[in-house]
Amino acid sequence: MRYALFLGCNIPARLPEYETSARFLLKELGVDFKEIEGFGCCGYPFRVIDLTTSLVLSAKNLALAERENRHILSLCQCCYGTLKKAKKMLDEDLSLRNQINEFLKANGLNYRGTVEVKHLLHVLYKDLGPEMIREKVSNPLSEIKVATHYGCHSLRPSSIVELDDPSDPRLLEELINITGAQSLLVNKRLECCGAPLLGTNDEVALNFTREKIADALKNEAEYLCVACPYCKLQLENFQEKLFGKKVLSTILITDLINMAFGLQKAH
Amino acid sequence: MLGSLGLVAFFVFLGGLVFKVSSWFRCSLRGEKEGFKRFVLGFSSLGKALFSPKIGIILKVLLLDGILQRRTLKESLYRWLMHVLIYWGFALLIITHALGKLVFEDYVSTAFPHALLRDLFGSMVLVGLGMAIWRRLRKAPTLRTSRMDLYAIVAVLVIVFSGFLLKGVKIISYNNYSRMVDEYASFGSEEEAKALEAYWVKRMGLVSPEKVEEALVAKGEEIHQSQCAFCHANPRWSFLSYGLSRTFVPLASGFDRVNFTEKLWWVHILICLIALAILPFTKFLHLISVPLSLVINALWDPKRSNSLNLKTKQMIELDACVHCGTCTLKCAVLDAEKPLGNIRVLPSEKIEPLKRLVSKRKLSQTELQEILQGVYLCTNCLRCTVSCPSGINLQELWFEAREALFERGLLEPALLSPLSFYRGLRAEELEEKYEKPILEIKEKLLRRFEPKDNVFQMPEEKEFEFYEASFRGCFTCQTCTNVCPVVFQYERPEEVLGFLPHQIMRLCAMGLKEAVYGSEMLLSCLTCYKCQEACPQGVMVTDILMGLKMEALKALKEEERDEIRSISGV
Repeated sequence: MRYALFLGCNIPARLPEYETSARFLLKELGVDFKEIEGFGCCGYPFRVIDLTTSLVLSAKNLALAERENRHILSLCQCCYGTLKKAKKMLDEDLSLRNQINEFLKANGLNYRGTVEVKHLLHVLYKDLGPEMIREKVSNPLSEIKVATHYGCHSLRPSSIVELDDPSDPRLLEELINITGAQSLLVNKRLECCGAPLLGTNDEVALNFTREKIADALKNEAEYLCVACPYCKLQLENFQEKLFGKKVLSTILITDLINMAFGLQKAH
Repeated sequence: MLGSLGLVAFFVFLGGLVFKVSSWFRCSLRGEKEGFKRFVLGFSSLGKALFSPKIGIILKVLLLDGILQRRTLKESLYRWLMHVLIYWGFALLIITHALGKLVFEDYVSTAFPHALLRDLFGSMVLVGLGMAIWRRLRKAPTLRTSRMDLYAIVAVLVIVFSGFLLKGVKIISYNNYSRMVDEYASFGSEEEAKALEAYWVKRMGLVSPEKVEEALVAKGEEIHQSQCAFCHANPRWSFLSYGLSRTFVPLASGFDRVNFTEKLWWVHILICLIALAILPFTKFLHLISVPLSLVINALWDPKRSNSLNLKTKQMIELDACVHCGTCTLKCAVLDAEKPLGNIRVLPSEKIEPLKRLVSKRKLSQTELQEILQGVYLCTNCLRCTVSCPSGINLQELWFEAREALFERGLLEPALLSPLSFYRGLRAEELEEKYEKPILEIKEKLLRRFEPKDNVFQMPEEKEFEFYEASFRGCFTCQTCTNVCPVVFQYERPEEVLGFLPHQIMRLCAMGLKEAVYGSEMLLSCLTCYKCQEACPQGVMVTDILMGLKMEALKALKEEERDEIRSISGV
């Protein structure tokens, strides 16, 4: 399967290490991927500003990937959820699709509905499969305790994102276990990181961040594994403010697997 | 005459430049009066950098990004070639042609190699201009051409073309030839004079009113070699002017009758001098502001550089924008412009109103709202900054512009969208200014849509724009509210959040969705989709909450617009 690597806006600007490690990992696994010139905002922040605008932004990305005959591979939960939702709306409502395609015309684009949207976790676990990853583990990360954080839009709404069981997923835990590390089934693993409200309702946003980290610490986690730039930035950046110092390292799933592959030294 | 005109033009240019440079210290996005402090600080910082090892960085940037245009090359070969042809061509024309007498000891414009170089460099400019015109005419959907862009192209075109024209007319002009002969040649006989003329007509492109004898050409060449050749290379070296002159042959006597050569010379010179005099107020100021912007940004250290210098830097950056549209091509949200109908969403179109804002020129309330929305609808992806050929830190400019507009009391509903994530990450540096606009816009929203008794009279049923009206399936089992992690935070959630999710679904089913616009719940929803996942009836609770928030923010935006209209009486 051929993929179009979709980085979104946060990764290149604020989390370039996620891009580096994802590229590293995908290359190691022999995945055919490339970034497409012209990819822009997924439409996520515009869903509460103007739905048409949000759909135009989503559809442009979908159409670009479609033109290259590649499926979108997103590294971000929010991009993933938004693109999936947009795809569903545009696939089910043809008059809406035509209306949105009118806006794409100027770019010479047209969304037809053949492209798939996948998250990195989906590609790793379902398209490539756990066995393929297990084979490459040369440096098992034994005795590291890792708490998991799924990121809301990778699981819910399950009817749209269809990644794993929304009430009791195991995908991320299994990926972590493959690396040799010990995954912890912490209580708050399915909760929100708080990022969607950062900047608009910091009290609620930071409450969630605090509870999340406290829960992982209570379970004696050494790392908190994430697979989304929003979650990573949120959970990493406010520890000092909330706890007075850095109390828990967040780790990207790509970094964890790369470490198990012996590609990067442990932190 | 020419000398004094040149001096006047130069001093007008200098005066304009001083005015412009002073504006870099006088003006700011927030309009503070601290020009002198910034002036002293700016120049001392610059001085310190010049006399430190940083001079290496400065020279490197000036060479690679300034002269060699590395940043433009990185973006597009076409744009690089286009700009380099105009830039190098024109710069070389100034050095070897306009300032020829100052640069070369024995400069004669008609001698070799100057006759060739002038046409060569001029042709470079023309080719570059052709590329520029083609680029703008192709109507790339995002490229806007402003009056200033048009001026820049037309000014260079007129200067260079009038030069070619002048040279072409000069080659054929008999008046000109006679004047030169009177001044420099000495003939032993009438025949010698005729011989030289014959040579010039046959070999040097001259057009004579009388017929010349072919037989005299050889003799004429001898005279030419001894008396003229020192200053007059074959005009064919000036390939373009010469070619042009051939098309004028039939008009030669007419041209001479009206003294066209002299008139054209004045046109050429005057246009050059006027362009020089007004340069600081045109796009050509970028000759000075862009290298400055490149150097300052190369030396800039966000952690250590002074915040007063930041303001000065941003004023220089505003003048360093050449409206090339590179940022807009890279913008992550450029396609939001059409559906929202706000051109200020495009980064390249934000600069002009910001320039007016800082120089306190007229900006209507509507324009202020447009630019505020423009600078706020930005995902802060950094792509404009990374790609800007002038090295402008555009993202930081938007950030500062947002805060400055907030401080003026302007409100932007999009402040309550996830676009604020970036602002949230930078909360600490904003200190007490951080919370204020959030609270203000929230209060405005809640006050505007405060549930009133009359809202609860059944209005006409309104459908949601795009969302399925799945709320009809709601039988108020409260599962959504019970699983909501936000609701769970509070002991008495309804006191903090207003309507709770199940109540909101119920109100929607009753056709009273506007009653919930002012519910804090909409603004506290994380969009974690737990409610939607848990609903036994398949109600798309989260999507509906998000849709309601969108409608509320839009209604608020509309209200802001109406308010402005009523104030300005439009």
